Amino acid sequence: MKLALLSDIHANIQAFDACLAHAREHGAQQFALLGDLVGYGADPAAVVERAQQLMDEGALLVKGNHDQMAVTPPAQVQTVGDTTAAWTHAQLSADQLQFLDQLPLTLQREAVMLVHASVNDPALWHYVYDERAARESLDAAAALPDVRYVFCGHVHLQTLYYRGASADLMKFLPTAGVAVPVPRHRRWLATIGSVGQPRDRNPQAMYAIFDTEKLQLTFQRVSYDHHSAAVAIRQAALPALFADRLELGR
Amino acid sequence: MKLLESGTELDGFTIEECIHSGGMAHIYHVHYSEGARDPGFPLAMKVPRMTAGDGAENIISFEVEHQIMQILTGSHVPRFVAAGDLENVPYLVMEYVPGQTLDHWLEPSERPPVKGLAFLGAAVAIAVHSLHQQNTCHLDLKPANVLIRQDGSAVLLDFGLSCNALYPDLLAEQLRKAVGSPAWIAPEQVVGVRGDPRSDIFAVGVMLYELATGELPFGSPRTTGGLRQRLWMDPPPPRKLKPDLPEWMQEVILRCLEPEAAKRYPSAAHLAFDLRHPDQVTVTERGRNVQGTGFGVHFKRWLKAAGMQYQPSPLPAHQIDEVPIVMVAVPYKDVTDATLYSLRQAVARSMGTRPGARLACVTVISGSQSGSSSDGSETSLQRKHIAALRQWAQPLDLPGQQTSYHVLESGDVAQALVNYAVGNEVSVIVVGAATHGLKMQRFLATVPIKVAMDAPCTVILVKQALPFEMLTQQAGAAKAALDPDLDVPF
Repeated sequence: MKLALLSDIHANIQAFDACLAHAREHGAQQFALLGDLVGYGADPAAVVERAQQLMDEGALLVKGNHDQMAVTPPAQVQTVGDTTAAWTHAQLSADQLQFLDQLPLTLQREAVMLVHASVNDPALWHYVYDERAARESLDAAAALPDVRYVFCGHVHLQTLYYRGASADLMKFLPTAGVAVPVPRHRRWLATIGSVGQPRDRNPQAMYAIFDTEKLQLTFQRVSYDHHSAAVAIRQAALPALFADRLELGR
Repeated sequence: MKLLESGTELDGFTIEECIHSGGMAHIYHVHYSEGARDPGFPLAMKVPRMTAGDGAENIISFEVEHQIMQILTGSHVPRFVAAGDLENVPYLVMEYVPGQTLDHWLEPSERPPVKGLAFLGAAVAIAVHSLHQQNTCHLDLKPANVLIRQDGSAVLLDFGLSCNALYPDLLAEQLRKAVGSPAWIAPEQVVGVRGDPRSDIFAVGVMLYELATGELPFGSPRTTGGLRQRLWMDPPPPRKLKPDLPEWMQEVILRCLEPEAAKRYPSAAHLAFDLRHPDQVTVTERGRNVQGTGFGVHFKRWLKAAGMQYQPSPLPAHQIDEVPIVMVAVPYKDVTDATLYSLRQAVARSMGTRPGARLACVTVISGSQSGSSSDGSETSLQRKHIAALRQWAQPLDLPGQQTSYHVLESGDVAQALVNYAVGNEVSVIVVGAATHGLKMQRFLATVPIKVAMDAPCTVILVKQALPFEMLTQQAGAAKAALDPDLDVPF
C-alpha cells in the first residue's frame, strides 16, 4: 500500500491540490496529513474543507502548531508566525475550528508514527533540525511498541535520519523521485517537507510516498501554480513576505 | 553461516561447488532449480558469513551491496538476479562473469609489459568511470575485486563497502573511522571521507604501481599511524624500483597517488585518456624523479595533514560533470579563417567555465592519404597535421588545462569523430556547422548532422559569426534553394 505523506500545507490550496493529484498519479491509496493545514496562506477554508473530505475517505490527520493557533489565536502577536492566526481564525467556520481543535497530536498505525513536530513532547513543537533532535524524537517513539518509522513535518525541509554503523543518527539529504529502501530492522525518521511553503530555495511543493510493502520511501517535489498562491496572499492583504517567499522557495 | 553442501536447494536455486571462501562471504556456483527459466548467463551466489561471532559490519556490508547492486547497470558490473531476506538466509545471486582478476597479473611470471599495463589500467579506469556516472564510488578497489573478461574489458566486484550518493550511507558514522582495505585506500578515506570518486582513482594508482613494480606503494599498514602516512608521504618513485619503466607511466601512476585529491586526475575518464595516449602525457618532474620526495616537502605536508578531517563530498556524477573531456573537430581543408576563429571562441567558452576540463583537438584525414606506417609511429603527414592543430590551439592559452592533439585516419569523417568520442568518454563535442563559405558545402554539411545524431554526448555546433544583414540574405537564399519535399532531420 502506498501512503502519501503531506505536511505544512499552510492554506496553500494550489500546492495542496497539485500534490494530491501527483500522489494519486503515483498510486497513493491512502493519505496522511501531518499538521499545519492553515496559517500564512490565503485559502484556509478551502484547505480545511479538502482535509475534511480526505478524512471522511480514511485519511490520517494530526494537529500542527498553526492549527492550534487558528483555534485560539494569541492575544498578542509575538512572532512572524503569529501574524496570520487571527485572520485565519476569522476565515474558518465554527465547524471547521472544531474540526481542527479535535485533531490528535500523534497517531500510530502499525510500525508508523505520525506527528507534526517531535514525538518527544509533541505539544511543545520541538523542531527536528539536526541529528540530536531527531534522536530525541526517535527515542521517544522507540518507547512505544513496534514503531519503526517516524514521519513528521514542521521544519519545511526534506531529510531522512537513520542509524549508520554506530549508535548515533546520521542525516541524509534525499534526491526527489528516488525510492530509498527503508528496511524494518532499522528505525527511521523522516521530515517530509512542506507542501505549501517550501524553504530550500526551490519553490516546488514537497511531500513523500511511503510504500508499506516494498518498504521504500520516495521524497517528491511538485511544480504548482505558486504565482496564483502568491497573488491570493497579496489580495487578502496578508503580509507580502508570505507571498514573496512562495516565489523564491525560502 | 556454515558452508552449504553441493546440491542444496535455496529459494529456487540449486547450490553447486563453492568457488571462493573469503573473510566476509562464501561464493558458490548456482543454477535455477528444475523447471525455472534460463537467465541466459551463469549464476553465482554470495552468502555472507553471519554467525554469532561475525561482526555487525558483515551484515551492513550485505545490506549495502544489496542496495547498490539492485540499481547499477552496464557491462562493468555483474547483473543482479535475486537476494535472500536478511531475517531468513541472506544471499545475493548475480551473474557469474568468467575471467581473471588482476591478481593473475601480479604473479611474477605474468607481470605485464608497459603496453599491457596501460591496456589493463585503461580498462579498469573506464569501468570505474561508468560506476561514477551512476553516482557510486566503489571505495574498496583492489586486484581481487577487478575482473578482466576475455575481451579485455573490466568488471568490478564486491560493493560491500561502496557508497551511492542517492541512498543513505549505512557505513557512515559520526566517528568517521577508515573503512576499506589498508593497502589500497585513499588518504581521505583514512580520515573517514566516503563518496569522493577520486578515492577510487587513488586505488587504481596503487594497483598500477603494484602491477608495474611488484611492490605495494605504502605496504600493508596495520596501525592508524601507518595508514595516516599516505596523507603526506609520496611512495618511492616506481622507476627507482623498475628503472626501465617509461617516465610517462610513472607520471600517470604518481598523479593517481597524489595525497591531495585535487592534484589527482579529476575523473577516471581523464586517467583512461592518458593511458590510451602515452605520447600526449606531459611528463613533469613527477615522472622523471627517481630519488623520491625529500624530507622538507614531506615535513610540510605532514604539518598540513595533521589538520585534515572529514568533509562531505558532492554527488559523484555532478563532480565528474565538472571535469569533462571536451573534443573539438578542427577541419584542415575548405575552411575559412573566420570559421577557425569561431571554433576557437566556442572552445574557449566551454573550457573557461570548467577549470578541470581537458581538451582533445582532433582532425580527420582520409586513410589513403598518409600511407600510415605499419608500426604505428607517426608519419610525416600526421606530424604536419599535429603541428597545424597546435598552431590552431596556441591562442587559446589554457593554463593548467591539459590539451592533446590527435590525427585520425578515416574515409568517414563523422563516424571517425563519433568513434573517438565514444572510445574516450568525451562529454562535449565542438564541431563547425560548416554551413557557408565552403565550396563542398553539400558534402561537408552532412558531417555535423551525422555527428549530432550519433554522438553519445552534447554537441556544440559552431557557426561563423556574420553581420545580421548578411545572415538575412543567406537565409533568403537558403529558403529558395530548399526543396519543399526534402525531409531535413532537424
